[in-house]
Order: sequence, then C-alpha cells, then structure tokens
Amino acid sequence: MAATPLPLEVRNITKRFGETEVLKGLSLQAHKGDVITLIGASGSGKSTFLRCMNLLEQPNEGELLVHGEEIQFKQTRHGREPADWNQVVRMRAKLSMVFQSFNLWAHMTLLENVIEAPVHVLGKSKKEAIEHARALLERVGLADRADYYPAQMSGGQQQRGAIARALAMDPEVMLFDEPTSALDPELVGDVLKVMRDLADEGRTMIVVTHEMAFARDVSTQVLYLHQGIVEEAGPPAEVLDTPRSERLKQFLAPKH
Amino acid sequence: MIDLHGYGPRLAEGALVTVEVAVLSLVLSVILGLLTASAKMSRSWFLHRLGTLYTTVIRGIPDLVLMLLLFFGGQMGVNVITDWLYYQFDIDIFININEFVAGVLTIGLIFGAYMGETFRGAFLAVEYGQIEAARAYGMNHWLVFKRVRFPQMMRHALPGLSNNWMVLLKTTALVSVIGLSDMVRIASEASKSTREPFTFMLLVGAVYLAIASVSEWGFARLQKRYSVGFGEAD
Repeated sequence: MAATPLPLEVRNITKRFGETEVLKGLSLQAHKGDVITLIGASGSGKSTFLRCMNLLEQPNEGELLVHGEEIQFKQTRHGREPADWNQVVRMRAKLSMVFQSFNLWAHMTLLENVIEAPVHVLGKSKKEAIEHARALLERVGLADRADYYPAQMSGGQQQRGAIARALAMDPEVMLFDEPTSALDPELVGDVLKVMRDLADEGRTMIVVTHEMAFARDVSTQVLYLHQGIVEEAGPPAEVLDTPRSERLKQFLAPKH
Repeated sequence: MIDLHGYGPRLAEGALVTVEVAVLSLVLSVILGLLTASAKMSRSWFLHRLGTLYTTVIRGIPDLVLMLLLFFGGQMGVNVITDWLYYQFDIDIFININEFVAGVLTIGLIFGAYMGETFRGAFLAVEYGQIEAARAYGMNHWLVFKRVRFPQMMRHALPGLSNNWMVLLKTTALVSVIGLSDMVRIASEASKSTREPFTFMLLVGAVYLAIASVSEWGFARLQKRYSVGFGEAD
C-alpha cells in the first residue's frame, strides 16, 4: 500500500440490467495525475462503468475506494445498495462529473451553477465561492457569461461552464462522460483544449471518449472495453498504435 | 350606492372567513399534495397503494358528501378517541370539530388529491439529468429536492395549481351548508330577510371574482419567477 491512498480505486465491478450483464468484472486504479481514457464501441459498457464510480449506477458486485475509503454496501430487497448514503454523499463531493448533455441546472445562472455545490454541499461561504467561480469562469473563457442562463449559451459554452462547475469542487478525480459527443464539431475544440490544460496541470481524470487524438495525446492509460470487459489496457502508444486484438484494430481503423 | 340594509359589516366578516378557509385549505392541500405525489412515486408498494387509494376515494366522492361525513362523522370519531383516553388514562381533553375546522379539513383533503396529481406530473416532467447532476455533486435527498427538483417542478405545476386554487376558492361556498358563517351564508340570510336576493348574490359573485382576479395576477407573477432560465413562460 502506497503512503498516500489512491484517489480512486475500483475492483471487480459487475453490473446487470435485468438479465443482461453489461459489466463483467472491471477494475481500475487512478493514481494522482493519471488521465485514464475509456474507449470502446457503444454498448461496450464504458459509460456504465464510469457511472458506477460515483454510484449513479449501483454495481451488483465489486469494491469502490475513494481516497482509500471503502464504500460500504448492504443487500436490500431492491438489490445491493450503499449502506450509508452520507458516505456516498461525501465521496461524490470528491468526484466531479461532467456529463454528455452538460446538465447545468437550467433555473440558475452560470455563476449560480458553479457556486451551488461548493456553498450547499461543501459549506463554503458565498463570497469565497463567487471569487473562486469567477476565476474558474475566466479560465474556461466564460467570464462574460457569468449571468447567463444555460439556455442562453451554446453547447460548447455550457460544457465549459460544466467543467468550471466540476472544478469548483476541488475534486480528487474528475469524471468525464463523453463530454464532446453532444457538441457541434466546431465547438469540440474549445472543450478539448480546456481538458488538455487540466491534464497538463496534473488533474486526475477519467474520460469516456470517442476522441482518439485526445486519448493518444493526453492519457497516461487507455482502457479498451468490449462487451463489459477490458480487452486491452496500457499506455496510449501501446494500445492505440500497436493494438493486439483484431477487434481493437477494427475499432481504431479509419471509418469510411 | 347599494343599500345593504345594515348587512355590510357582517358580509365583510363573512368574506374574511371565506378567504381564511380558502387560504388554510390551500396550505393543507399543497402539503397533502406533495406527500401524495411522493407516495405515488415511491418504490414502496405500500406507500404507492396508499396514495392511489387516497386519490381514488377522494376524487370519486362528491365534495358535499365528504364535508357532511367529516363534519358529523369527525366529531363522533374524535369523541370515541377522547372518551377512550378519559376512561383508560384519565386524560380529559375536549376537541371540538367545529364548522371551521371541518370545512378546512374537508376542502384541504379534497384538493390534496387533485394537487397530488398535479405535483406528480410536474415532478415527472423535470429532466432527469438535472437531478442526476445534483446527486453527482454530493447533494443529499433533501438538498436535491430543495435546490433542484422543487424549483424546476414548480414551473410545470403552477398552471395546474392555479386552476386547482380557482376551483378550491369556489368550493369554500360549501361550508355554508355545515353552518359556518362565510360570505355565502350571510348573503343568503340577508337575501331572505330583505327579499333582495339579486343585490346580495351579485355582490357575493363580484367579491369571488375580485379574489380570483387578484390570484390570477399573483400566479402569473409566480409563473414568471419559476420560468427564469427557461425562455418565455409557457
């Protein structure tokens, strides 16, 4: 065991939807500063895997440790559930998620979105949270959009706003669930640029993505998922440039 | 100037009673409605059934029948309980289900069922991703409700809520049947003794209309407030 606990560790996660087993024993270790990208065809389970990490989906089996603290589960009539929701709430506050469809709270301005969880979950003072939020909005290039509502912004702006909201939590790990998939092609670049900056400053990130260039340039580790198992894993140069399995070769081949 | 034959002050008192009954019933029905909506959306089989039973029974029985049942039956029920407390534990309390209490309870109970349906639909209309984001950022159930679900639900609930309120307001006229001196009962007395029914009934109608108009204005403002961020109010 390392001296400092891992920001996030997942062991042997399985997940079933009814009869269908979508995750068949997945594990992952995120060290500080790691950027782990999860790639795979749709239906490979990569988003479900990510959503199990902050318990938006309840894994049927497996262990989850956030900063060394193991999440406790219990069996109920509805299946396995966290034993202590307070623990879940605490662990979620350390992992911020960026969603495919942004999910900024529509009834709040951008600034209100960014200070919401720091004030109401972390108990920061409003003044301090606003100062921090303004700096973060500046950083993602949205200083002039602080008082806009999500509906008044483009998808790319909303997603950068959502990243600012995630950063405002000072998270241990940032989880990205296909952050550019819902964006118009010309807006993808700005979002990826922000994410590259975050990787460069040593943020621990787990990213589900279809952006292979991003995966190649930024990640420390790539996991290729197929039908709920990790088929190949390793540094991007290995996985993306010299794939072993036929399936991954096909997946990476340019589409016509 | 209309001659009210000295009934003016009593009518004003009656109007106040009407407003009091309406507002208290509204508060009760909103609380019951939120509870019913939660029960019906709960994954507990028992709560779900309980909520369904409540809305089915209440919405299937005429308002007047319910009011008479609660007024006469309610006092009998309370007496049974207080008698039992007295004989068993020597606790002597007296609870009087008077016309006012019975009226508010009945109307609140009736409209709680309608509000329940309004709120349930409105909660289901909130985009799931908004709730999921709130959970993902470490909000507990109560915070998710207070900060995201409730404010977003209100936008969808307000049109139905305002509609329910208008019907509720007019339903308060029923309390005159169980003897509460609301505006309608006093106007009715006045009509009989002065033989000028038109004067008094028109006046009563105008007062209801005035209250309804003011509320409509208030609801429009609320709608605007809860539509912030969603473009034009729909």
